[in-house]
Amino acid sequence: MRITQGCFSFLPDLTDTQIAAQVNYCLEQGWAVALEFTDDPHPRNTYWNMWGLPMFDLRDPAGVMGELKACREANPETYVRINAFDSTKGWETVRMSFIVQRPTAEPGFRLVRQETQGRMLRYTMESYAVGRAPEGARYAP
Amino acid sequence: MNAPEQAPARIDLGAEFRDAGIGEVLDALERDLVGLAPVKRRVREIAALLLVDRVRQRLGLATEHPSLHMSFTGNPGTGKTTVAMRMAEILHRLGYCRRGHVVAVTRDDLVGQYIGHTAPKTKEVLKRAMGGVLFIDEAYYLYRPENEKDYGQEAIEILLQVMENQRDDLVVILAGYAERMERFFESNPGMKSRIAHHVDFPDYSDTELGEIAQRMLAGWNYRFDEAARVAFADYIVLRRRQPHFANARSIRNALDRMRLRQALRLFESGATVDAEALTTLTEADVRASRHFQQAAA
Repeated sequence: MRITQGCFSFLPDLTDTQIAAQVNYCLEQGWAVALEFTDDPHPRNTYWNMWGLPMFDLRDPAGVMGELKACREANPETYVRINAFDSTKGWETVRMSFIVQRPTAEPGFRLVRQETQGRMLRYTMESYAVGRAPEGARYAP
Repeated sequence: MNAPEQAPARIDLGAEFRDAGIGEVLDALERDLVGLAPVKRRVREIAALLLVDRVRQRLGLATEHPSLHMSFTGNPGTGKTTVAMRMAEILHRLGYCRRGHVVAVTRDDLVGQYIGHTAPKTKEVLKRAMGGVLFIDEAYYLYRPENEKDYGQEAIEILLQVMENQRDDLVVILAGYAERMERFFESNPGMKSRIAHHVDFPDYSDTELGEIAQRMLAGWNYRFDEAARVAFADYIVLRRRQPHFANARSIRNALDRMRLRQALRLFESGATVDAEALTTLTEADVRASRHFQQAAA
C-alpha cells in the first residue's frame, strides 16, 4: 500500500530534477530546507529522525541534493522526506513537506479491532512492517 | 531516420557577446576600477574563453566543462574581493554559475576547533556557496605545516573533492599574498593542479592611489581643494614607506581620519558653515597626519 503523506504523494515519485526544482522554489521563498528519515511511517508519527540540521542560508538546491544523496546511501529502504520551514513570520512552521524516497515494498497497515465493554469496538491502525521487525530491519529486502 | 537537428553553421560572436550582457560588466570593471590593467586583461581573456566555449558547445564541438577555479594573488587592498564579485557576475551571465552570489570566508569559517568539527563546518560553507563563488581569503592559513595535528588539511581535502566533482555547482577563488600562496601551492600540488587561472594583482602606483582617493571622496560627496590635493600626493609617498601599507584600504582609512579632522575643525571654529565648507577637505586636514610629523622629525 503506497503511503500518501505530504505534498505530491498522489503523483508518481518525483525525479531528482523535479525534487531539485521544488527545493529551488522553497529556497526562493526564503525557507530553510531539512531532511528527515524513518522506517515507522504511521501517520501519527510526526517525529522522524533528522538528517543533520535544517539548512539555512542556502541559495542553490545543489547543497540539499548532495545531502539527499548521502542520506539515501546511509538509509536505503527507509522513508525520506524534505521539509521546508518558514521562519520569516516568527512562527516557525513547515510550509511544505514531501516524500523523496520510499522502500521498494510497502506492506501497509492493518485495521485492529479491539472489543471493549458491551458491543463497543475500538479501531486502530498498525503497520505490518513495524510489527514484524525492530527498528532498522523493518524494510530490509 | 531523422536527420540530427541542423546546428547553425555560423555564429555571430558579437551578438553572442551582447546577448550574454557581459559587455556591461566588463565595461563597469574597466570604468569603476582604477589601474589594474593586467587584471582587467586577464578577466577579459577568461570571459572571452568562456564565451567561445559556449559557442563551440552550441556547434557541437566537444568541449569539456572548463575548470573555473582561480587564484587571486596580490598585496592587501589591491581589489581582489571587488574583482571576485565582478567575476561572479560575469560567470553568472555566461551561465557557468547558477546564482552568481559570492560567499567570502577565511580559515575560521572552514576549520573546526576539535576533532570531527571541521568536516561539517566546511560542508556547511560549501553548501551555502553552491551555485555561486566561494571566495577564500588568505587561503594559505588553511595549511599549517608546523602543526601536524592541524585540522586545516581536512578542510583542504573536502574542498579538493568538491572542486573536482562538483565543478558545475561551485567556483572556488583563493586569494592572498603572492609568495605565501606560492608556498601554499607547493605544499598542496593537488590544489595547484585544480586551479586553472592565476591572476596577479599589482600594487597601485602613486597617481592611481590619488585617483582612487578622488573617487572615494566623490562617492561620499567630499572633495579636496587644490592645496589639499598636492598635500595628499605627498602623503601617499610618505605612507607607502611605512609598514602595513595596504594600498586602497590605507587610502580609505586615511580619508576617514581626514574627515574626522575636518569635522572637528568646523565644529571648533564655531562659525556658520555652508555646503562648500562641509564638502571641502583642506590642506590642514591632510597635513595634520602623523606621517608628516614623523617625516619632519
